[in-house]
Amino acid sequence: MTESAIPLGPGVLGRGFGRALPILTVLLAIVVIWYLAAVWMNAPWVRDQAARADAVLTASDLIRQTLTLERPVLPAPHQVAAGLWDGIAGQSITSKRSLVWHGWVTLSATLAGFAIGTVAGIGLAVGIVHNRAMDQSVMPWAVASQTVPILAIAPMVIVVFASMGVTGLLPKAIIAAWLSFFPVLVGMVKGFRTPDAMQLDLMHSWNASRAQQFWRLRLPSSLPYLFASLKVAIAAALVGTIVGELPAGATAGLGARLLSGSYYGQTVQIWSALFAAAILAAVLVMLIGALERLTLRRMGLAR
Amino acid sequence: MTVIQARDVSLTFQTADGPVHALKDVSLTIERGDFVSFIGPSGCGKTTFLRAIAALETPTAGTLEVAGMAPDQARRQRAYGYVFQAPGLYPWRTIAGNISLPLEIMGFSRADRAQRTQRVLDLVDLAGFGAKYPWQLSGGMQQRASIARALAFDADILLMDEPFGALDEIVRDRLNEALLDLWKKTGKTIGFVTHSIPEAVYLSTKIVVMSPRPGRITRIIDSPLPRDRPLEIRDTPEFIALAQQVREGLREGHGYD
Ligand SMILES: Nc1ncnc2c1ncn2[C@@H]1O[C@H](COP(=O)(O)OP(=O)(O)OP(=O)(O)O)[C@@H](O)[C@H]1O
Ligand SMILES: [Mg+2]
Repeated sequence: MTESAIPLGPGVLGRGFGRALPILTVLLAIVVIWYLAAVWMNAPWVRDQAARADAVLTASDLIRQTLTLERPVLPAPHQVAAGLWDGIAGQSITSKRSLVWHGWVTLSATLAGFAIGTVAGIGLAVGIVHNRAMDQSVMPWAVASQTVPILAIAPMVIVVFASMGVTGLLPKAIIAAWLSFFPVLVGMVKGFRTPDAMQLDLMHSWNASRAQQFWRLRLPSSLPYLFASLKVAIAAALVGTIVGELPAGATAGLGARLLSGSYYGQTVQIWSALFAAAILAAVLVMLIGALERLTLRRMGLAR
Repeated sequence: MTVIQARDVSLTFQTADGPVHALKDVSLTIERGDFVSFIGPSGCGKTTFLRAIAALETPTAGTLEVAGMAPDQARRQRAYGYVFQAPGLYPWRTIAGNISLPLEIMGFSRADRAQRTQRVLDLVDLAGFGAKYPWQLSGGMQQRASIARALAFDADILLMDEPFGALDEIVRDRLNEALLDLWKKTGKTIGFVTHSIPEAVYLSTKIVVMSPRPGRITRIIDSPLPRDRPLEIRDTPEFIALAQQVREGLREGHGYD
């Protein structure tokens, strides 16, 4: 088999651009709608101010002012971009105003929770596949755990841990794990059960032990499912961590940043933190995607 | 020496729509070095019988002995290699990796694995394809690889369930020749399920004709053909007469309906 050479030159750029075009179009539409919404939602306040000052507003005055307010109802895209840029690049990364610092606080708890959730999810899935009693008992509880609103659970977890003197990363990681173990569990139970009857019969005909069957058949067959669940799980872990940062008292993390923004009506700060979280989630999911491609290629599963 | 001995073997599946008599009072003796074909209409229990020999199903009545033991004990001692209708190669392993899989499970040393893998690859004419992944091979090559996998650990018995069912006539002819060649070289005992009369007659020393509802043996035909069989043997009068006999046996089985 010969690998087809990768063609370089305008063809690639053209194709890349062709693929990016729909995305760019949608992005542009969102930005335009956002600007219109910002003008529309901030206009009452601007008109109010003008009426109080007995000033006459021209249309262009109105638009300019709605897009440059200190505390807009809805900040304009460029204000959010500026806030984001200032938070990321404009502050020393040890400063409490740095989004990088808050992002790191959130990220570390997210990764810890994701790791706990993944290990728990895989462990429970292994148990379910190999043990009849677990097969019948674990799943209903797992489902029940996810139907409890995390917003109700999170403050309790924080309070309980705080009463034991544990604050910071661990309680948040527990909440993140609470949300992220579930997709891994569901995906891996499905994944471990993908081998068909014939493949299991083959293993049986070779008198393979259950451990051999697991490591050589079930685990490799489940990897595509693993990566799909990990992508959901990492996003869930991030949500869990941010929710864990919302209860009063938290001063660090993107969640705390969101909350303090809303206390003081700093809408630009809220939106900047929101976008920072979104970017973080996108990067994490992309990293798992890259790991997935690498692993599946090395296994000969990606063609 | 008798390798497989079935006495009044019956196997009934309990299904939601009531019991299915997949096998009823099947008695058969297979000697060492026999090439036995099972032929019969769909649902007559060919697969079930082969699986019972492999201890993948358990008879509900009668006695079945494989290599002088209960089938499950024979399975534990890795007395047979089983080839399914589909190759069932692991997509994440190379061809060589797939062939050495049972060897890994059985605890062969690395050097032994490499050497055996090479030998069976040669045997099925796939030398040079060890490093390829299954999807890089044609269906016929994949099926040969699955045969190589069943041969790698050198069990005395080879059980094959319609291994060439999904392949075209020409590839099938070639694989049949190769299989005969391999059988002569290794002296294995082979149980082979097929739907094709010419295939059964060409390959076998013993042809077992079965019929359905309940699954049973209607005829056992010992082949008078010599062990050395060029493809042209299929045009000889002996071959045609034998095929005729098998066809009659199949028709007899249908007479009940
Ligand atoms: N696991 C099972 N559960 C219930 N019934 C079964 C099972 N396996 C086979 N049967 C039934 O047993 C009978 C014999 O099946 P078997 O697969 O042995 O037939 P076969 O001769 O191999 O047919 P084919 O030529 O189509 O492969 C059929 O009626 C089938 O429906
Ligand atoms: Mg069958």
